[in-house]
Amino acid sequence: MAFAIAKTIPAAIAFALILAAWEVYARYGGVAPTMLPAPSRVLLQAWENRAALAENTLPTIRATSAGFACSLVAAFVLSALVDFLAPLRRALFPLLIVSQTLPLVAIAPLIVLWFGFGLMPKILLVALVTFFPMMVALVEGFAATSTEISQMLAAMGAGRWRIFWLARLPSALPYFFAGLRISITYAVVGAIFAEYAGAAKGLGIYMLNAKNNFRPDLVLAAVAVSAALTLILFGIAVLVQRLAMPWENAGSDSDDRKRSGESRQ
Amino acid sequence: MKRLELRDISKSFGALEVLAGISLHVAAGEFVSILGPSGAGKSTLFQLLTGALKGEGDMRFDGAPLDGSPFAFMPQRDALMPWRRVIDNVTLGLEVQGVSRRAAREQVAPLFAEFGLAGFERSWPAELSGGMRQRAALLRTVVQQRDMLLLDEPFGALDALTRAAMQRWLEGMWRRHRWTALLITHDVREAVYLSDRIYLMSARPARIISEIAVPLQRPRTTGSDAARQAAALEADILDTLLNPGVDRASFPQTAQRRSS
Ligand SMILES: Nc1ncnc2c1ncn2[C@@H]1O[C@H](COP(=O)(O)OP(=O)(O)O)[C@@H](O)[C@H]1O
Ligand SMILES: [Mg+2]
Repeated sequence: MAFAIAKTIPAAIAFALILAAWEVYARYGGVAPTMLPAPSRVLLQAWENRAALAENTLPTIRATSAGFACSLVAAFVLSALVDFLAPLRRALFPLLIVSQTLPLVAIAPLIVLWFGFGLMPKILLVALVTFFPMMVALVEGFAATSTEISQMLAAMGAGRWRIFWLARLPSALPYFFAGLRISITYAVVGAIFAEYAGAAKGLGIYMLNAKNNFRPDLVLAAVAVSAALTLILFGIAVLVQRLAMPWENAGSDSDDRKRSGESRQ
Repeated sequence: MKRLELRDISKSFGALEVLAGISLHVAAGEFVSILGPSGAGKSTLFQLLTGALKGEGDMRFDGAPLDGSPFAFMPQRDALMPWRRVIDNVTLGLEVQGVSRRAAREQVAPLFAEFGLAGFERSWPAELSGGMRQRAALLRTVVQQRDMLLLDEPFGALDALTRAAMQRWLEGMWRRHRWTALLITHDVREAVYLSDRIYLMSARPARIISEIAVPLQRPRTTGSDAARQAAALEADILDTLLNPGVDRASFPQTAQRRSS
């Protein structure tokens, strides 16, 4: 545990250095605070506008979690279908790849145009940006199942569904979590994009209004909130992975012990 | 009494002819080995037996055409599921048969001591040594209580010392339980040490080039007399495998080679 904390020290130092340089430049570099506010000013304004920020953060959280949940369910269902029906894979994958080439700037206003200002367009956009990495990871993970294990299960009398449940799904878990960690970093950004294109409340629309009112400090405060949201989601994903795959660190512990034993000699 | 009888089994993958007419049999309570070079088609033969592949030829079990799987199959490499604890790996076959997880655990728990796994029921497979993994895989195989064991190079991945220890252990286990077993190996010593009979398999396309009875008494102790006998048998087998053309006129394939 102490080791895990120690590993984050370089990142924390780098982050603090950048903030310090920014602070010094914004204060003594002769730039107007309306151009580049200092981090301390962003923090102060964020605190003073905390009610408005919180009010706009909640809808973003709602859109992100709803969209991500839909995307997660869709990825599991579709990847399982693709695993059972090979032709479906050939039909779907080109479509999915095309969906990843769509420029969000163009797609977001269109989706708002079609689905209005409610939750729906946000869910769709979050799903659009988060679905693909999870889907690809799951399909590859299923395929990575050891043939020996599948053959053994078949020899035991297990049918296709049973083999999927007992072997293919657990085999895909490490792949799935790798995909999940990528997806989850897109989720908040997806929701903000949708709000930017049209919403009553939310971090995206808050940023837009702050920008139009020449308040870069408030834009940056909203950015900080969205970054914090993404980090929290990432942390949750890592935590869930730990809980879902308790065997992952088994055996490597003893490696660590062996290694430290060697270094002591 | 013959349990398993194979007549003229053939299998090709496209243009690649792997098995070219394999015939063999295994009697009840007999330990038989198939000894052949890597890539000969030994694992392929097991895949035909377990129904993972389809081939030509006649497969009979207890006199009737092979139907369903009377076999408990231990694949090459241990095939333990890293995401299941050792005890849940061992109960896998029972669970697939429909036994509840709880009942299956109760059934296998008393066997852990005999397999040298006591105290490791709740461990993850990654925490076991190579020899323990193989014993766990073997335990998973025998608890299925099928009529016959198919063991595909169970000790192939182990270091020499562990392998020798595991062979002794398996011989002892077999004497106690008298499983009907068919073992695949490419280790001459292992085949001689464990088997009642050995089939020698040629390189691809695989044929049976010789059938050898192992007259050594059990338990296969290391007394100097028995050791000499075993060494002579091993030398003979190596000769046959490495020079299949010499003085084995009774086998059609070698006879052909000679005339050419
Ligand atoms: N599913 C398959 N498709 C094509 N070739 C295969 C397949 N399975 C095995 N082979 C080939 O058959 C040969 C025998 O393989 P195998 O039975 O695994 O050999 P062994 O177990 O004796 O080492 C090898 O040359 C291998 O490449
Ligand atoms: Mg093999």
